This record gives sequence, structure tokens and C-alpha cells, in this order.
Amino acid sequence: MEPIIKLEDFRRTYRNGSLEVHAVRGVTLSIYPGEFVAIMGASGSGKSTMMNTVGCLDRPTSGKYVLDGVEIASLNRDELADLRNRKLGFVFQGFNLLSRTSALENVELPMLYSRPAVSARLQRDRALKALGLVGLADRADHFPNQLSGGQQQRVAIARALVNEPRVLLADEPTGNLDSRTSVEVMGVFQKLNEQGITIVMVTHELDIASFAKRKIVMRDGVVRTDETVAHRSNADEAIAVLEAEQKAVHLA
Amino acid sequence: MFAIFKTALRAIRRNILRSFLTMLGIIVGISAVIVGVSMGAGAKAEVDKQIASMGNNLLIIFSGNMSRGGVRGGFGMSPTLTDRDYETLRREVQGLAGISPEVRTSAQVAAGNQNTQVSIWGVSADYADIRSWKFQSGDNFTELDVQAANKVCLLGKTTATALFGEGIDPVGQIVRIKNVPFTVVGWLAAKGANAFGSDQDDCILMPYTSAMKRLSGDTKFRAFNVQFASAEVLTEVTNQIAAILRQNHQITPDREDDFSIRSQQEMSDFANASNRIMTLLIGAFAGISLVVGGIGIMNIMLVSVTERTREIGIRLAVGARARDVLRQFLTEAVLLSVVGGALGIGTGYWLAPLLTKFAGFPTLISNSSVILAFSVSAIIGVVFGFFPALKAANLDPIEALRYE
Ligand SMILES: Nc1ncnc2c1ncn2[C@@H]1O[C@H](COP(=O)(O)OP(=O)(O)O)[C@@H](O)[C@H]1O
Ligand SMILES: [Mg+2]
Repeated sequence: MEPIIKLEDFRRTYRNGSLEVHAVRGVTLSIYPGEFVAIMGASGSGKSTMMNTVGCLDRPTSGKYVLDGVEIASLNRDELADLRNRKLGFVFQGFNLLSRTSALENVELPMLYSRPAVSARLQRDRALKALGLVGLADRADHFPNQLSGGQQQRVAIARALVNEPRVLLADEPTGNLDSRTSVEVMGVFQKLNEQGITIVMVTHELDIASFAKRKIVMRDGVVRTDETVAHRSNADEAIAVLEAEQKAVHLA
Repeated sequence: MFAIFKTALRAIRRNILRSFLTMLGIIVGISAVIVGVSMGAGAKAEVDKQIASMGNNLLIIFSGNMSRGGVRGGFGMSPTLTDRDYETLRREVQGLAGISPEVRTSAQVAAGNQNTQVSIWGVSADYADIRSWKFQSGDNFTELDVQAANKVCLLGKTTATALFGEGIDPVGQIVRIKNVPFTVVGWLAAKGANAFGSDQDDCILMPYTSAMKRLSGDTKFRAFNVQFASAEVLTEVTNQIAAILRQNHQITPDREDDFSIRSQQEMSDFANASNRIMTLLIGAFAGISLVVGGIGIMNIMLVSVTERTREIGIRLAVGARARDVLRQFLTEAVLLSVVGGALGIGTGYWLAPLLTKFAGFPTLISNSSVILAFSVSAIIGVVFGFFPALKAANLDPIEALRYE
């Protein structure tokens, strides 16, 4: 099987005047369809920098990045935008929803830029379906400020899914969520992954990483360890445990 | 496209006061365009009406060369048109409907114990017809009166009122001009102001012979008023007149004419020239307001781009191309300016009649000025919205997403 994401000696150097920051210094790595990868590492270890290139928001300073068989370095701005639109879905730490815009319209957003154009009716149908997938069909006309953090993040996930991407990229998706909602979001991720979507997720929480299938640890811009998650957590079970604990607290 | 429009409308509505203030420059500019164009059109319509009131198919041959001494320079020179010219033109030009010499003098006129300073026109019996003068009462003087230089005259409405009182028929009365008694034989109907703003009714018409011999002592004419038979013969008649006068005045081909032939069209153009200056001034004012308005839009769009940097980042991340972002912000700028333009057109519509009512300016709003104003406002949106939109489109997605 061909890898969907393939990095070969990927390097990214930021230049601020005379100062050079080697954010990522030589990463070689392949991710195959159906994987659920957690990328861990201390702050400043280059995780986001790598995710930006993987997400086609940025380009390598040197080295190769091949997404679904397409070499990224040779593409122009519009072609990268097109790839982001068709093959990638983003979930951010800060949700990044458009305020004063309903959940439904937020989810429709990527389809505004799809080519060929998607009819308004189809946009609506697909957005509602994506919201259903994350369990928010009944919140379609709510605005972000009327939703909880977990719900906002699920709207963001629906937005990431609506164009049926090959890969879901999430940079610290639970960073702004409490532990219970974090586990719920991981539940959504596991469900999507079971349906065949490849997920690459950055996190610095070990228990969140344990919901993934594969764990990569970075330090100072290089990969330190890359291993299969030994004792994988199941979100449904974790929620059951949390609920039992909560009940116990109430009883006590 | 609809989504872009909806987003733009939402962005404008979100800051409704700010949007309105931004539009103010455009509103002022566009209403100035509407009012200015309507004043120009209104003034032109007025001039055309006045020129038409001079009569139909009219040529005026002035003494002196107007193109040499400036447009009106000919009036200052000693007259060059003679009795002989008059006779020759009358005899030889084909296609004439009427011709009248013109001499003018100004004199104190008295009737009873009233007196007034009036401009006196010495003309032929054709003149009243040529200039479409109607008679309130009485009748024109005759060819015989001209030949005999009889002491008869026609009174304009204003002059008649000054001498005899409002609405009193002066026909049959005596007026004393420079102490010479003249019998009033006709009372002219009112014409109003001419294209240059002077009162056409403040006058006395009399046989040119009487004016020259008994009042001014002039021997030459300042002008001929000519009516030609139909529009088709205008060029023909003009050429014949020019040829005859050049021959009579012995003007060799290398010398300039000592007369000028003006058609009604040329006179209306001349009268409109002053209106054009006014239109130009208002146009300049409108232009400045529009540029200021455009800069206002550019400014607010730059603010909007900065405020919405993160939104732009999100759009870019989900696959918007640079041109999608460009189009969105351009749409917003154009919407701002076009809504401003529409409000400006509304204001102009409201202002123009007020101007007529309170300042007496004739105004005429035309569809073409509305279309012009609308297009201008759209163009301003595009021109001044382009730079901010380009700035938005060229944002780096990562930096835009990280923007706080
Ligand atoms: N735009 C930038 N300009 C300069 N340096 C940057 C920029 N973005 C990130 N860096 C630097 O690159 C390194 C890696 O950053 P990042 O990829 O954000 O780390 P992580 O996401 O793992 O915390 C850090 O030292 C950071 O300061
Ligand atoms: Mg980071």
C-alpha cells in the first residue's frame, strides 16, 4: 500500500533577519491510509511546524513531502488551496469557527470553495449530514457563542469532514477542553477512524495520545520515538469509567 | 456568488454606523454628481428654450470679426455693415425669409411724468416676424414707416409698464425719446430673459431709419438679423451672405472678414459655455468628494481586513484561493460604494427640486445621470477596494490563523 503522507528528510527553517530557527531538522516518516497517529513532544519541538507542511499551509525548506502521491514542493498557492479543500480537514486548538455565523454555515464553508461548485441545496444536505456525524444535527442554527467548547470543537470537526477528506489533521484539538469533553472528541475521532479516515493529531497529553494507534514523539525538530500504542484506550469505555467515577463522587 | 454577497452584506450590517459614515463621502459626491448634471441639463434646456424664443432659422451677422477680438470683441469696434450691404443682401440672397438691420442706442424715454432709461432697437419691418415677437395689442410698423423714418415705435412689456403702468395698453400714446415725440403703434407680448440673462422686454423697437436719423446719428449697422426659409438652405444662405459681404467690402482672400455670421446653434453653444463652467465646478467638487469617499472606503476596508485576519486564515485553510478572498473583499467594497451611490442618487433626487424651488436654478434629472452616478460609484468601489482586497488575498494562511 502507498503511504498517504510521506516525508523524506523534511526540514523547515525560519529566518528572522539574521536569526535562523531550525524548527524541524530532518524528519522521514510515512503514514498509511487508516492510521490514527498522535504526535507528541515538548512545546517548541516542531510539531505545529510539521503539521503546517503536512496540511499544505506551508512548504518544506528542504526535503520532500508527498501527499497522496502528489509532490507538494512543485505546487503553487492555488493548487495547495485546492488540495486543502479536497483532501484535508483541519481541526484547531482554538476551534476557529466564524463567529456570528451559524453552525450549519460554518460547516458549509469549505464547500463554498469547492470546484466544481456545490449547489446550495447539496451544501446544506452535506453539512447537516456532517453535523449528524458529530452528534450536533439539532444545533445546526446555533451560533458558536451559544455552544459549549466541546460542541464548538465538534462543529469544527464536522467542517473538517464535510468535503470527505483523506486526512484529518488536528493540532492540539483538546487543548482548550476539559478532560470529559476531550474524551468525547476522541470518541468522535475513533469512530471516524474506524470508518476509514486517516487522522494525524498533535497533543502533549499522554492519555489523549493513548486513543491513537501510533505515537510519534518529537524533540528539537527530530523524531525521537515512533511506536504502536501498546495499551490503546477506547473512548466509549473511558466515558463509562468517567461516569462511574462521577456517580461515585455523588454517592460519597 | 450568492454566499459572497451574503457575507459582504453581513459584514456591512455588523458595523452599520461605521459603514454609513464610510459611505458619507460617496453619498455627498454622488448627490453632487446628480445635482450638478441636473443643473447643467436644466440650464441647457432653459438656454435652448430662450434660443428658440429668438425665432426660427435665424442667422445674425455681426459687424467686426469676433474670432479675432475674442467672442464679443466685435461689438466694441466701429460698425462695418452698410445700407448698401442691406440692399444687396435683400436683392440677391436666395432662400431668405426676412432680413433686418439692427442699430442700438440707449436713451431716456419719457411719457407723462414717468421716465426710464431704455435700450432702443432700430430694425426693419421684418424684425418682429424674424424674432417671433407677438403683439399684445396694436401692430407692427410698416415698410412705409421705415422709408419715411416715421416717428413710430413698439414698446416692450417692461418698458410699457415703467412708462404707463402695469397692464395699461400704450398703443396710441406718445413717448418722448431724447425729446422727440414717437407714437406707440404696437405693444409687444412678453418674452422674458434671453440666454444671457437680460430682459428682452425692456426695449423699444422702431424703424432703423428713425433710430439712425432722429436719435443716434449712426450711419452703419451693428448687425443684420436674417431668417432663412428652411434648415436645408442654412449653409447655402450663409455662403451667399459671406460672398456678397466680402465683395461689397472688397475683402481679398488673404484678409479676414470684417463681419461674423452666427447661427442659433452657435449662439446656444456660446450661452451654454458659461453653464458648462458651472457644471465643471460642481463636477470638480463631486470628483473631490468621490476621491475622499473612495479613500474612506479604502481605509475602512483596510481596517476590516485587519480585524478579520483570522477569518481570512480560516477561509484560506479550508481551501479558499487568493482570488476567492480578493473577490469577497472587493464585493464588500463595491457594495459599500454602490449602496452609498444609491443613497447619493436618492439625496440628489431630493435636493435638485429644492434647488429649483429655493435658489431658482433650473434642474433636470436624466436617467443617464443616474446610470452615470451608479457606474461611478461601482468603479470607485473596485478601484479603492482593490488594494485592501489584495492585501487580504495575499495573507499567509498560517500567520493569519495565528493572528489575535
Ligand atoms: N513563524 C515562525 N517564525 C520563527 N520561528 C518560528 C515560527 N514558528 C515557529 N517557530 C519556532 O520554531 C520552533 C518550533 O515551533 P512549533 O512548531 O510551533 O513547536 P510546537 O508546535 O511543537 O510547540 C519554535 O522554536 C518556534 O519558536
Ligand atoms: Mg504547537
